[in-house]
Amino acid sequence: MKMLCGLSNPTSGNATIAGFDIYRDTEKIKRSIGYMSQKFSLYEDLTVIENIKFFGGIYGLKDREIEVKGNILVEQLNLGDEAKKLVGSLPLGWKQKLAFSVAVLHEPKIVFLDEPTGGVDPVTRRQFWDLIYAAADRGITVFVTTHYMDEAEYCNRISMMVDGVIKALDTPTRLKEQFSAASMDEVFYELARGAKRKAD
Amino acid sequence: MGEVALHNLRKTYNKDTVLAVSDVSFTVKKGELFGLIGPDGAGKSSIFRMLTTLLLPDGGSASVNGYDIVKDYKEIRKSIGYMPGKFSLYQDLSVEENLNFFATVFNTSIEENYELIKDIYVQLEPFKDRRAGKLSGGMKQKLALCCALIHRPVILFLDEPTTGVDTVSRKEFWEMLKRLKEQGITILVSTPYMDEATLCERIALIQDGKIMSIDTPEHIVSQYPDPLFAIKSDNMSHLLGALREHPLVKSCNAFGEYHHISFLATSEEVKKELLSLLADKEFKNAELKPIQPTIEDCFIQLMNH
Repeated sequence: MKMLCGLSNPTSGNATIAGFDIYRDTEKIKRSIGYMSQKFSLYEDLTVIENIKFFGGIYGLKDREIEVKGNILVEQLNLGDEAKKLVGSLPLGWKQKLAFSVAVLHEPKIVFLDEPTGGVDPVTRRQFWDLIYAAADRGITVFVTTHYMDEAEYCNRISMMVDGVIKALDTPTRLKEQFSAASMDEVFYELARGAKRKAD
Repeated sequence: MGEVALHNLRKTYNKDTVLAVSDVSFTVKKGELFGLIGPDGAGKSSIFRMLTTLLLPDGGSASVNGYDIVKDYKEIRKSIGYMPGKFSLYQDLSVEENLNFFATVFNTSIEENYELIKDIYVQLEPFKDRRAGKLSGGMKQKLALCCALIHRPVILFLDEPTTGVDTVSRKEFWEMLKRLKEQGITILVSTPYMDEATLCERIALIQDGKIMSIDTPEHIVSQYPDPLFAIKSDNMSHLLGALREHPLVKSCNAFGEYHHISFLATSEEVKKELLSLLADKEFKNAELKPIQPTIEDCFIQLMNH
């Protein structure tokens, strides 16, 4: 994911993001994508509004756009009362929903989500996927990593990675058929078992 | 009296403005495998830190192995093993050095209690000279468990041992816990993964510092208030919204391939009517089948009440 976002150089091979080459066009790529990770997403010591302004600016939005879109965002997420509070004081689930909304504020072509729902409660996890679905409906391509196997089933297509190798790539339904498995967890278990790194 | 007993245990942070653990009471029996299930910020780690005498409670009381967590902290520290959520071994010591260190701290040796950790340690032995910081997630977790066990504790506290660990290692870890339980060790384990709840004998579902339910996983599932169904069709994301707006639908939640749905009335006519209604819209190939609720269904239901 870091290579695709232009943050790390590949050792070999090629890739394009939104038509841009990941070696040559890293700046153009950065302007076409949104990125959210579980670890770093928002500044804890800035308020909700300040974070929106900051990231809106980073993603190249004009002040007027940031204000309009920011207000809509705050309303959609029901953050009216918290808009002037520090992000650090919000519950984890709210932070994650806010971080995602900020990552798509500039309507990127593609949004990369690196384990966005780790440790979040089951209700918030589902609200989070509602936001992802809404973004996909607007035409944004969503590239997400997760280690919750049940979440894999929300995706149109998934690739299963074991030790740096793509072991399977297909729709969840077809993968389950192929492995005669009842769940994605079983599919992954079949793929990963015995394939564990020798140097583990 | 239980091996671990909590009475209205309370913990606040930030000068009483944040209530992390809200008057929690429960008992864990000797030799039990007990799970504390809840998301980040629910209060799991605060409970573990109070029980392991690393944090003082702001109200209530608790005993561990018959000892008071405030008065008798020295006795408790001798008789328990604790594996914190964050990897806390010495990254720049080797596997063997870490284990030796923890054995020495507790006035024992690897040899003395080797039998207890043998099953787990044999998997680590090929890497015993490797620095702990260079191990994979699954191996770190196994080493941390060995270090928590090396003084043969009566009670084991494991705070989110499987978070961030791959599926295969997670399964292996639960197998290890079962074997430890057979040796008579009482185990308290916390996890944010709802699917791991069924591997415990009894569980407490915790949210916002409060226990929502304590029972065996089977009992919690059997107390789900409504018949539950799984539904799928084309356009799953739109289906969710459409079903939630339907007047006869009580709840509808996304569960991967299917949505889980309960009705205000569950006659056959209701279901037929719903399916034909869906077929008229963009939701072709609709399928509806009765299912057993999972712990996650129960958790969501309890959270919404």
